[in-house]
Order: sequence, then structure tokens, then C-alpha cells
Amino acid sequence: MIAPKISIENVSQLFYKSGSPFVVLDNFSMEIAKNEFVTVVGTSGCGKSTLLNIVGGLVEPSDGQVCIDGIPIDGPGRDRGFVFQSYSLFEWLNVERNIFFSLKKSAMKEREKKETVRHYINAVGLSGFEKAYPRELSGGMRQRVAIARALVYKPEVLLMDEPFGALDSQTRGMMQELLLQVWEEHKTTVLFITHDVDEAIFISDRVVVMSARPGRLKLEKTIELTRPRSYEITTEQLFMDAKKELIGSIREETLKTMAVPSGS
Amino acid sequence: MKIMSKNRKEQKLSISRTGIPKRGKVKFFALREDIPRNIYILGGAVFIGLVLVAWQLITAFGLVRPLFLPAPVDVIVEGGRQIREGILYADASASIYRIVMGWGFATLFAVPIGILMGSFKFFEGLFEPFIDIVRYMPVVALIPLTILWAGIGDFQKFLILFIGTFFQQVLMIMDNVKQVPVSLIRVGQTLGLSRIEILKSIVLPSAFPGVWDTFRITMGWTWTYLVVAELVAADKGLGRRIMDAQRYLATDTIIFGILFIGLLGLITDYLFKLSGRFLFKWNRGS
Repeated sequence: MIAPKISIENVSQLFYKSGSPFVVLDNFSMEIAKNEFVTVVGTSGCGKSTLLNIVGGLVEPSDGQVCIDGIPIDGPGRDRGFVFQSYSLFEWLNVERNIFFSLKKSAMKEREKKETVRHYINAVGLSGFEKAYPRELSGGMRQRVAIARALVYKPEVLLMDEPFGALDSQTRGMMQELLLQVWEEHKTTVLFITHDVDEAIFISDRVVVMSARPGRLKLEKTIELTRPRSYEITTEQLFMDAKKELIGSIREETLKTMAVPSGS
Repeated sequence: MKIMSKNRKEQKLSISRTGIPKRGKVKFFALREDIPRNIYILGGAVFIGLVLVAWQLITAFGLVRPLFLPAPVDVIVEGGRQIREGILYADASASIYRIVMGWGFATLFAVPIGILMGSFKFFEGLFEPFIDIVRYMPVVALIPLTILWAGIGDFQKFLILFIGTFFQQVLMIMDNVKQVPVSLIRVGQTLGLSRIEILKSIVLPSAFPGVWDTFRITMGWTWTYLVVAELVAADKGLGRRIMDAQRYLATDTIIFGILFIGLLGLITDYLFKLSGRFLFKWNRGS
């Protein structure tokens, strides 16, 4: 097998809450191949966002390490693009300039930069809105800007933290299809976080279920659905089976968190 | 949710363009709803007019002796005298100069220090306790010390205005900077920007509208400290004129002075608002 793009090696994370420690991630290991689309699902508070922040280099793990191409990461870097749930756009810049911002440190020539920005604006279906400010856009459009901004400088890894969590279900469906479309065209390694099982199955090559706190790898499920995918696959047997298995697995974890009073 | 807010925007638009919504009556007292712009402005003018009329009536019927409250006409006449004799111009230019310098120095220090305090916990911990102590010290009580330190020239006035402004302003700017969403800073970090670059190209522009508002508000406070600054050892200035008039019980001079300071304050406020609207076009709506 080829060396993995991302390898998460025995990562543990400990937080102190009013003096007493609690374990968020417990010895979590996982490998992601180049250009693989992996989604992590789990109950809220299971540490999936923490995991993503660790891979992004925004949080330093208490133990273990994350390697990109076999090299341990040291803080955030341009090899890993991030899309947050809160759109996190630069409100004072228009759509074009928001995306352009990512190319600030790029070695590209000015003309090439402009070309690339235009290409990605088209790719996320925002042509005609180049000069609009984020305030003037709907939630779905804002997130499209954020996706274009994260893709435009071609990071080797794309980290997405519940990017569609704040969108209504129709928009969310459209965005999933759009993301896949863009991804098919510009393949990159994706680590995606969500709590929506349908979303996870629809977009991923592989879905990983995390246990309730402390977060451990509970179940891995390879999604054999053919690509490119359209919303019609959500009614296929393969999809249903995967959904049944994953929802069952997550449900077990959710029940655990409810049975045990928090803080004990 | 998105659809709702869009509707609201449309509604706002149709009202502000025509002054009348498409159908139904204009509701003046709907909770948190816009009213026609002209009514909004007219209201403010009418209220000021009412106060003036009440003032005129009270003095015209002799309800209060002119010594305590001169008639509006007397105040206007006093203003005319000050303009004719060039007093007003000399006073106003001396005072505006002091305000600009005092506020300017305060801002010059408050902006970088406020940004550091809002961005780095270390600087917040370092400066905040000291600032909190000084901020509660009565500025008037510092007059003797400032005279000892800075003499009786303009510099002492700057110092008073500086002390009155800086210690509030720096905390407000710190807050403005803290309002910048952390995720924006994270975006900068994942793009490989250095801390300086993030401060310059993300934190600063993001906090700018808030900082501008702080400028506007603190400029107002600097104006309120003007009389304090000109309390001692000033030969001219709007505040000085008021303090002098106290000795001769020249209430018309006092009231004219107060109103004129209010007017200048209003103009500065308006200029800040106007330029803010121009600077932060992206910040309009929703």
C-alpha cells in the first residue's frame, strides 16, 4: 500500500475543566489515503471537531502526533485548507477578494492568480457575484465562497468542520452535490466532520464513527457507491444499508451519553 | 430564517424609497421596525423646536428671572456679539486645537496598545489592572499634578484631555479587537500568515468599524473634558469663557458656550458617522 496522506497516530487530548481533567480523545489512530474523502461522524461532544483542529494544527494534542506524507505537523500550514461551520468570511472584502486573499502568499503571477480566482468562482457557481460583499449573500452562497477560498490555493488536504451545519436542508443537499462536483474536478484529500449520517454516506469514500467521549474510533465503513454521485443514490439499497449500520452504531453512543450523567 | 431576513430587507427598501409602504398604514410604533426616514428626522427637529418654544415661553412670561435663565433671544444676541468681536473664533480655534491634540495623542497610543491587549492575553494581563486603576481617578483632581508636571501652557491641557480620554479609549479598542471572530484568525493561520500579517490584514480591518465607533464616542468624551482642561491657567477657549462668565453671573454667555460646545460635538459626531458610512460600505444592511 502507498504511504497514507494523513496519518493520525495515537492522538489523545486532555482538557482541564474547573481543575478536573477529562479525556476528549483517547488514543485515536487513523490513516487517510491521498485523494480519499473521509468523514467522521459521532454524537455531539465526542471530540470530532477537536480531532479536526489537531489535524489542522490549531490545537496541539496532549499525546501522539499527526503526519502529512510521513512528516509530523508543527502548527497550521498552507498544506491544509480549512472550512469552518461559521462561514468566517472577510466581511470587508467582496467575493472575488475573499478568494484572492488565499493567494496572497502564492508564488503565482498576478494574471494567473486572477485566472485561478475566476475559475473557482465559476466552479462554485458564484459568477455574477464577484463584487458582492458577504453581507449581501445567503448562507449557502457564503459557504460556497469559503469553499472556493479553501480550494483556490490547492492545499493537499481539505479539512471541513460541519461546513453545512448551519444551512437549511434543501441548500445543504445542493451544497453536498456542489462539493462533490468540485472535488471530482480538483481531487484532494478531504477530512470532513458532520453529525448528519446521510451527508456522510453521500459524500464519502469512507465513514468513521467515533465513540462518545472519550472519542475513540468505533466503526469504519467503506462506502462502495459509485462516483460521480447524484442525490438519486440516497434511495439505493447500498445507501440504506450503510445508513442503517451507521445510525445504529451512533445511536448506541448517544444512549451512553444520556444514561451516564455528565461530569461523572 | 434566511428567507425571513431577506423579506425584511425588501420591506425596508420599499419604505425608505417611497416613504410609504406598498399597502396598509404606516405603523409608527411597531416594535423594532423602521419608520419612514423623513418622519424620523422630522421627529428630532420637532422635539428640539419644542424645547426652544418652552424655553421662550418660560422666559417671556417671566416665570424664571433672566439671571437664572436668559431668553433664547438674549443668548443669540450674546452669540452675535462674540462672533463680531472675534472672541468666538479665537475661543473655538484654541479649544478645537486642544481637543484634536489631546484626543489625537490618546488615540495614537490607544490604538496600538488596545490592539495588543485585545490580541495577546499577556498584554491584557500586563496593562489592564493599571488602566483600571487610573480610569477611576477623577481627572479634575489631577489638575494640580498636571500643572506641576506640564506647566500652564497648552501642553497641560493636552495632558488633561489625554488622561480623560486614553484610559477609556484603550479598553474600548481592546474590546473592539476581541470582537473579531477567532475563526477569522484561524483562517489566517491555516493560510500560513504570520502573526503580524494576521493582525494587519485580518484583525485590523475586521475591527475597524468598531474602532471607528469608539473614535466617535471617545471624541465626545474629550469634548466633555474641555471645561476641566481649561479650568486653570487658560486665557482663551470655549471652556475658559464659561468659567469666566461664572464670575460675572453672565448666564447668557454660559448658556451660549454650552450650546456651542454641544453643537460642535454634534458636528464631529455627524462627521464620524458620515465618514464611517463611506468607509465601511460592506458593513451596511442586515
